[in-house]
Amino acid sequence: MHLFKLLFLLILTPYFAVAEVHETTLANGMRVLVKQDSRSPVVVSQVWYRAGSIDEVNGKTGIAHVLEHMMFKGTKSSKPGQFSEIIAAAGGRENAFTGADYTCYFQQLEKSQLPVALKMEADRMQNLVITEKEFNKEINVVMEERRWRTDDKPTSKVNELMQSLAFVSHPYGRPIVGWMDDLENMNYADAQEWYDDWYAPNNAILVVAGDVIPSDVFKLAKKYFENIPSRQIKSRKPQIEAKQEGVRRASLKAPSKLSYIQMGYKVPALNKDLKQDSADIYALEVLAGILSNTSTSRLNQNIVNEAGLAVSASASYAMLTRGGLSLLELYATPSEGVDVLTVEKALKDEVAKIVEFGVTDEELNRIKTGVIASDVYQKDSVFYQGMQIGQLETMGYPHQLMDQYTNKIKAVNSKQVQAVAKKYLIDEKLTVVTLDPQPLDPNHKPQGRPHAH
Amino acid sequence: MLIKKIFFTIVVLTFSTVNAGIKIEHWLTADGAKVYFVENHDLPMLDISISFKAGSARDTLKDNGIASLTNHLMLLGSGGVDEVDLANQFTDIGAQLDSSFDQDKSSFSLRTLSEKKDKAIQLFNLVLHKPDFNGEVITREKKRYFASIRQGETEPSSIASKAFMKAIYANHSYALPESGTVETLESIDQLQLKEFYNNYYLSNQSSIVIVGDVDIAVAKNIASNLSAGLPNNPNTSFYSKVEIANPQEIKIQHPSSQAHLYYGGAVIKRGDPDFFPLYVGNYILGGGGFVSRLTGEVREKKGLVYSVYSYFMPMLELGPFQVGLQTKKDQIDEALTLVKETVKGFIQNGPTEKELEAAKSNMIGGFPLRLDSNKKIIQYISMMAFYNYPLDYLDTFANQVNDVTIEKIKLAFQKRVDMNKFSTVIVGVE
Repeated sequence: MHLFKLLFLLILTPYFAVAEVHETTLANGMRVLVKQDSRSPVVVSQVWYRAGSIDEVNGKTGIAHVLEHMMFKGTKSSKPGQFSEIIAAAGGRENAFTGADYTCYFQQLEKSQLPVALKMEADRMQNLVITEKEFNKEINVVMEERRWRTDDKPTSKVNELMQSLAFVSHPYGRPIVGWMDDLENMNYADAQEWYDDWYAPNNAILVVAGDVIPSDVFKLAKKYFENIPSRQIKSRKPQIEAKQEGVRRASLKAPSKLSYIQMGYKVPALNKDLKQDSADIYALEVLAGILSNTSTSRLNQNIVNEAGLAVSASASYAMLTRGGLSLLELYATPSEGVDVLTVEKALKDEVAKIVEFGVTDEELNRIKTGVIASDVYQKDSVFYQGMQIGQLETMGYPHQLMDQYTNKIKAVNSKQVQAVAKKYLIDEKLTVVTLDPQPLDPNHKPQGRPHAH
Repeated sequence: MLIKKIFFTIVVLTFSTVNAGIKIEHWLTADGAKVYFVENHDLPMLDISISFKAGSARDTLKDNGIASLTNHLMLLGSGGVDEVDLANQFTDIGAQLDSSFDQDKSSFSLRTLSEKKDKAIQLFNLVLHKPDFNGEVITREKKRYFASIRQGETEPSSIASKAFMKAIYANHSYALPESGTVETLESIDQLQLKEFYNNYYLSNQSSIVIVGDVDIAVAKNIASNLSAGLPNNPNTSFYSKVEIANPQEIKIQHPSSQAHLYYGGAVIKRGDPDFFPLYVGNYILGGGGFVSRLTGEVREKKGLVYSVYSYFMPMLELGPFQVGLQTKKDQIDEALTLVKETVKGFIQNGPTEKELEAAKSNMIGGFPLRLDSNKKIIQYISMMAFYNYPLDYLDTFANQVNDVTIEKIKLAFQKRVDMNKFSTVIVGVE
């Protein structure tokens, strides 16, 4: 049971297959998408809910993820943990993850076992039982998860601060795992409320990929899901981010030897209406690739290898989001003895060089070659194929977007990359968070002693 | 990355099989390399990997880090083609070069489109046959090692795992940190790296795996060329034997909010006859994710942890049995007590009939999932090849699992899992 913030980064090098996605919509509004891949006798089943931390309200941050944990705690006809036992005994693997934009539950099984997974997902979509007793135990597990994932990891804390500083009125500012204080004050009624608000068939998508026949999957989906009544889903407020009017900065102290810097430029995400002009978006995608796709991309080559200013440097951009906006981010770990401001300047200089001189044909071709090769390589994973369909559709993009991607990337030229760097990578859109490393307690000593029997 | 944590044990001990429907061809090259080949034309791509007995177990106290540094530098310049040019040549044809490293082995892998395979293989051979170990690159990469080592000294999980290996392996080279230490790396030079390469990147100690879109004639050619350009030395050495260390209890302070616990000892080699009872037993004890006893007791019933697991990690010499968890500092004693009680109860009484049936049905029924992509197939077979598994391993796996009984599990655990010899490491005590 996991939360997945960066999963949508997978889409940075998308797989754009020709193979068809088969689709139907059940009478209650639940959509079913099937991708056939007969290379191995396996199947992956994923139920995606359009409910993530983006839908939470202040004071209840983390509830989307907490509910994900509670989904394993039993239904009217099953005991806590019983689903996991059933899937394991069927030879399967299962888990779930929560992101800003969605929550997903999945099972991987030998192909004949698909009905086991569907029956179980249909049951917990409508019959979940959330007791105070189970909730009070599980909330402690989630708090341990937060400690492990964020509180004791300095770079995770930097990232959390980065999001909350960059997004003031947009819900992307809130951590997916939730603030600790909100978790401490959460109760089982909050979880029930979340379940009642969002867990309905008309707010869910079933994706099945693997060695299956689409019409068979549709029949099974009808059998298990179609009798679940649809419900009115509450309307969502737009929550558009307030205009940023200057650079935002913060620093954070944590035990660490090395410093760290994360810089985020506010940039748009791809419009859900694919007829809108998307040239900027694909140019940003290529820009991020040229900065950091491989070991010889600009950030690593110039800042790490040649100047020796950092031990690592990279960039990322999530071009697809449900929330309608995104960040193009730069990250670096300064070398020992190098000031973090020097590294910030080096990162900005790399952007400035692109603004001034553009990029080379060689660089553009490398990005394009990589995308074309990825088309093939990513077909190797059935799970990934399902994942991609589910992410796109849950975020609000048609999965047919996949068919356009390679050509859109191929069409990007140096002038466009230059133009988006100039337009978006400016101080008025920038948030910078740095890690101010603190020594561990200098008094700490190992206290070893032989074991006494 | 995030998924890996929970599935960790499954990945480590992933070697199962019921009639895989996967046909493995096996042969030796003229230079003594073991080759395993799986022909598959579903996708227009090819994967190749090669592994050497050149893990950190080759390190000594004096040159700790040399094996890791060699593995790392192999990708950074070859045959006079510098690192930038080399990396770009791979990227320009959409090919992917990768390496991995642990105590036992140093491995390299190539993924390429079929149509670009000639060029890709030529580059891959260059990388493996003619590493430059360029002086400037050595100096720069050492600095990055130093930074990462010093950073690790501030991270509770890294402190804990180093302390644990030190505790259970004492003077054996498995105790040495895989990436070395600042002091030992400092003095390693180009000459030593070249010598290390010549001594241990041997064709006659290598295993090559080829999976994908070529026929056997082409595969034979690929393997011959790959192994022909490697050093060869009939006087091969092996890793030294592990002596079981005296148990220790190590507690280290740290300002983190959670304490990190490792508990266990050196227990099992690859090829051990007790492997299947231990493997199936551990699935029930702490390897089976949400359905394991440890998760049930420590997480589901008490809410003490996000993740708790146990695993056997068979290696060329005695590998560890290990339990790991993290919990809020003031709960660590309670968690440790619970872990010990659970392990002890399992050793004494073994699993229930129901647990054993569920375990078998997961391992056997879930077999196809372990080999459902070329990537998984090559990883799995690389492991089999490196550790000399019998060729029919995939076909006999189901029977081996089926043959395990409650008695056999009890016996194997009682014989092999001796808690009196286990060490405990806790980082983050108050």
